[in-house]
Amino acid sequence: MISFLLNNEITHIDQTKADLTLLEYLRDQQKLTGTKEGCASGDCGACTVVLAEVVNHGKNTNDSLEYRAINSCVTFLSALHGKQLISVEHLSEQKKLHPVQQSLVEHHGSQCGFCTPGFIMSMFALYQSPTQPDREGVIQALSGNLCRCTGYRPIIDATLKACENKIVDKFQKVEPETINRLKDITKQNISTSNLIVPTSREALASARATYPDANVFAGSTDLALQVTQQLKTYEKLIALSAVPELNELTENEHGLLIGAALPLGKLESKLLQHFPQLSELLWRFAATPIRNQASLGGNVANASPIGDMPPALLALNAKIHIDDGAQKRIIPASEFFLDYRKTALKPSQWIEAIFIPFTAQNNYVRAYKVSKRYEDDISAVCAVFNAEIIDGKVHSINNGVGGVAAIPASVTALSEALNGELWSSKKTFETGNEILKQAFSPLDDVRASKSYRIAMLCNLWKRFWLETNQSTQKIETRIVHIPSATSEMPDA
Amino acid sequence: MRKLIEQPGIDTAMQGAAGKSHKHESAARQVSGQARYVDDMPEATNLHHVAIGVSPVTAGTITSIDLSQVKSSAGVIDVITVEDIPGHIDIGPVYPGDPLLANSEILYHSQPIFAVLASSVTLARQAALKAKIAIAESQACLSVGQAKAQDNFVHPPHFMHSGDFETSYQQSPIQIEGKMLIGGQEHMYLEGQVSMAIPEEEDRILVYTSSQHPSEVQKLIAEVLDIKLHKVVVDMRRMGGGFGGKETQAAQWACIAAILASRNKVAVKLRLPRMLDMMVTGKRHPFENRFKVATDNQGLIQATHVEINGNCGHSPDLSNAIVDRAMFHADNGYFLADSYIEGHRCRTNQVSHTAYRGFGGPQGMIVAEAMMDAIARKLGKDPLAVRKLNLYGKDNRNTTQYGMQVEHNLLADLIDKLEASCDYQLRRKQITEFNKSSPLIKKGLSLTPVKFGISFTAKHLNQAGALLHIYTDGSMQINHGGTEMGQGLHTKIGQIVANEFGVPLSHVEVTSTRTDKVPNTSPTAASSGTDLNGKAAQNACLAIKHRLADFYAEQVKGDPKQVVFTEQYVVLGDEQIAFAELIQQAYMKRISLSATGFYKTPKIHYDRNTGKGRPFFYFAYGASCSEVSVDTLTGEYKVDRVDILHDVGKSLNPAIDIGQIEGGFIQGMGWLTSEELLWDDTGKLTSNNPATYKIPAIGDTPEIFNVDLYPRANDEDSIYHSKAVGEPPFMLANSVWCALKDAISSITDYQIDPVLHPPATPEKVYNAIEQAQTWVEKQA
Repeated sequence: MISFLLNNEITHIDQTKADLTLLEYLRDQQKLTGTKEGCASGDCGACTVVLAEVVNHGKNTNDSLEYRAINSCVTFLSALHGKQLISVEHLSEQKKLHPVQQSLVEHHGSQCGFCTPGFIMSMFALYQSPTQPDREGVIQALSGNLCRCTGYRPIIDATLKACENKIVDKFQKVEPETINRLKDITKQNISTSNLIVPTSREALASARATYPDANVFAGSTDLALQVTQQLKTYEKLIALSAVPELNELTENEHGLLIGAALPLGKLESKLLQHFPQLSELLWRFAATPIRNQASLGGNVANASPIGDMPPALLALNAKIHIDDGAQKRIIPASEFFLDYRKTALKPSQWIEAIFIPFTAQNNYVRAYKVSKRYEDDISAVCAVFNAEIIDGKVHSINNGVGGVAAIPASVTALSEALNGELWSSKKTFETGNEILKQAFSPLDDVRASKSYRIAMLCNLWKRFWLETNQSTQKIETRIVHIPSATSEMPDA
Repeated sequence: MRKLIEQPGIDTAMQGAAGKSHKHESAARQVSGQARYVDDMPEATNLHHVAIGVSPVTAGTITSIDLSQVKSSAGVIDVITVEDIPGHIDIGPVYPGDPLLANSEILYHSQPIFAVLASSVTLARQAALKAKIAIAESQACLSVGQAKAQDNFVHPPHFMHSGDFETSYQQSPIQIEGKMLIGGQEHMYLEGQVSMAIPEEEDRILVYTSSQHPSEVQKLIAEVLDIKLHKVVVDMRRMGGGFGGKETQAAQWACIAAILASRNKVAVKLRLPRMLDMMVTGKRHPFENRFKVATDNQGLIQATHVEINGNCGHSPDLSNAIVDRAMFHADNGYFLADSYIEGHRCRTNQVSHTAYRGFGGPQGMIVAEAMMDAIARKLGKDPLAVRKLNLYGKDNRNTTQYGMQVEHNLLADLIDKLEASCDYQLRRKQITEFNKSSPLIKKGLSLTPVKFGISFTAKHLNQAGALLHIYTDGSMQINHGGTEMGQGLHTKIGQIVANEFGVPLSHVEVTSTRTDKVPNTSPTAASSGTDLNGKAAQNACLAIKHRLADFYAEQVKGDPKQVVFTEQYVVLGDEQIAFAELIQQAYMKRISLSATGFYKTPKIHYDRNTGKGRPFFYFAYGASCSEVSVDTLTGEYKVDRVDILHDVGKSLNPAIDIGQIEGGFIQGMGWLTSEELLWDDTGKLTSNNPATYKIPAIGDTPEIFNVDLYPRANDEDSIYHSKAVGEPPFMLANSVWCALKDAISSITDYQIDPVLHPPATPEKVYNAIEQAQTWVEKQA
């Protein structure tokens, strides 16, 4: 039984179609039509709702609520368990609008109004975050919401203003009570007959054995598209979101072990703390609501050729921890992707976690993405370079690239050809450039042409070389400020 | 005597005045999820849902249709094809050519062939996939080039001549030719196409639809059902965005829903899923235009030839007027001197391209801006200097290519003011310096004007009606022919009515657009919504005001002409009475408190045979200055700063007008930058969802975005001397495209004018950069 707070009401779902989306649940079953369907594919944000969850940030700290905006159109109902689902209808107190609503009205931030409830919910989630956002923070928070009317300026202003002088709103007033109500919801027996939600490794293994044909999912942002876009029906589905091993984030002296089902939004800060150079990749990875749902494990398991994190995992020599309930094994990311959307996973297996080793002091790491639009767009080309330079000479150049082959790929020839070469030498750059030019034969498609993709791979290599060579650092290489990316780098 | 109703307390706050930044009438409901769109309406218990079955090929003839598995699919109660349409098959809005469902011939990819009615949305859509349709494929015509080679047009060409182009061209020292491939644009209204039809007694029908043109929906439903128009009521409260995409192309879905509702006597809703919406509805027309322009040695234009070729898709739809408007705007704000403009309407096997904000104007004006840049580079001048040089003159050089004299031209002064306020000259110097010292990142700057003609070019559409009711408590309802799609039309109309009677805006309710209240309305299009309906609403107000003034003047023995309606009082000399009190008295004395208002635009005419006339009541003006940074490694770019000065006449609502300006600008920027429509070799649209078709996102809004209104009332007698604002700001974005070219041109030390066909995606910008770099290498 899936139990949650629907706005302010404890709600239980005993029976449901496995593949019912949260948007359908709200609009069709609950008749809460404030939440809109714009695209049913997680690309426009009109369906944005907020999930509030009890979190505890460590010993001696109090429980608190964390509010995250998600796309209800690509969410299955298991995501609700133990959380408060907040829809736009619930924000105001009687006729008194919530501060984010009032601010949007005052700034003339709605025109046709169809995207507005989604914006309001993203603004509301941001309002609940403890920090006061700047303009970049607002843009990040609203990056998954499209508006066709306003040009966004009044929405940015309204959000900044609302978050400038926050008051204790109706949610904060009852926070302790809400936390208690949510904590009273049992963590066991979440499953319904069609939507299986195992709460242990053993239960997951057993569910997979019982329903060998059932798909597994973590964030559902990819699988749900099969339902909403391809009109497929899934009788049974198995959710990975409640298996503890798949939801842990641990750090040891060698690296980070990231549970496969953890949403990117929950691992972002830890990952960037250790790998600030991945900032651009994360910032340009879909948009905030998707990152609040989509998991790193799902991103790996789906093996999309453009998939945004796999190139980073390849470049950083990550390891994939695979489990089937009986036996665990660890394989390098470089051996995981076999062919277009084919991986080393066997039918009974799942990804438990992904281990990313810390890089040495001597490493230069950069992650780049090229797409038509900065926010919420799929890469034309994505490239991550990880060069180990010792005494100014190349020791290795690990790398991962997306958008140029049927799978996320590495160009091993770079290391082979450049090992021992002087990193600052122009010849080193040119040799690498020639290798990359010949390395792939990408496709022409709706995102980019073959020739552009090849040129981009070479030019991202050029940018990497320029940015990591002290002598050329004074040259401006970027037109966008990468949020929270540090310029820190080792001495070459 | 007992009062008819209790008097509410009199509001002292004057909310009614026009000219103030009142909030959008629905704002509070929109932010709280209470604003209701068609898909949000309470559903009848017998509501059924429609899905559309479409052609998997682009051109051909249907040889067989087997719908047996569709019919037997779970939940299905009815399936219709073209055979099942009781009345007209063709729903072409002006000219025929748009079959409601494919009539044996397949004209474009994803053309609707049948419609299936089922108990749920999902069951209907799943059933629609089960059809077996055999089609004998034929060769598809997929481009303007192919259409012209095949003499394949939806309508004959149109020409405008002024002077002797050929002679002037040959005699001029500077001659430049250019060609532009101009992309189309998906509307991407956030609310997709949707209609709900409810059968009423006998053959009557009520239809809720998301449409800019309820009267046309009414007419077409009557025609396809083979009933009279008076049996059909169309109700339209609000759209979740229209932008032209719901001017003609909302009707098809309403008609299909109406037929299925009528056949099955159940309520029927048809809502297109996003991908299908993008594949089956028309876009902004792609164009392929050419120009030849000649100037003197200073860059002053002597002769201009513009060849305009619109890709109309498979049918005329509104393409005739759209290509005309591109021709009317090939000058933008510049005197083309001896000119020859030709406009061709090419037929291709694509969706029928349709109205989209600017209506062909943008595709004409971008040619004018391309010519200015080309002249400037050729002569080594700053493009702004060339633009200013070629602006229409006051006393001479002031007649357009279609013979209309440009009166009250604001552009010269407006540009001067913007040039000063945005520090153009200083920034030009700084950017030139920056580019010299920055090998990878290049900056660009451009200031471009807008002159946009206001009026429907189809003269008969320039009319409007309104219906005003005043109730016995003094509150009132105004209904008019315009539709609310977010542009704030209802807010402005409410302000006009409140202003006329001197009552608070909250006492005026603007009701949903309904064909049973105001008949035979024009589409809400051509930026005309407030101009036409505002005047009609005002006329309705004046009718009742005259009655009330006469009534009150008689009471106090005064001159009715001196009666004033202000601050909820009716005043005559020293006498005054509360407005609501007078309304009650008027009711008791049997004075009608309901009136219609009507308006038609004066002065306009156009003769298609001569290509001469005054098609526009007036022009709206504006100018924008954009600064961009371009990454020469990837072709990616950022719009860093935008300054706009725009002419809305005397603003009815500055906040709403600024909203239109900013929103129009960003939408125009999307058209010229990231929004790329792509079809594959078979004619199938591949940029068919928001994952592959990228409208501007929030991070694309320039961090510095200064918008000001040019303070001058309209010289023509428009409603309170305001000006139309829906479309003109869209073309302010031309400065972004020109600034990108400026940045690229800097690579060549501003020697060449780079070829950059819009939309300037990063890939196209990159290709232009490569060409510039190759040019530089060749010089060395």
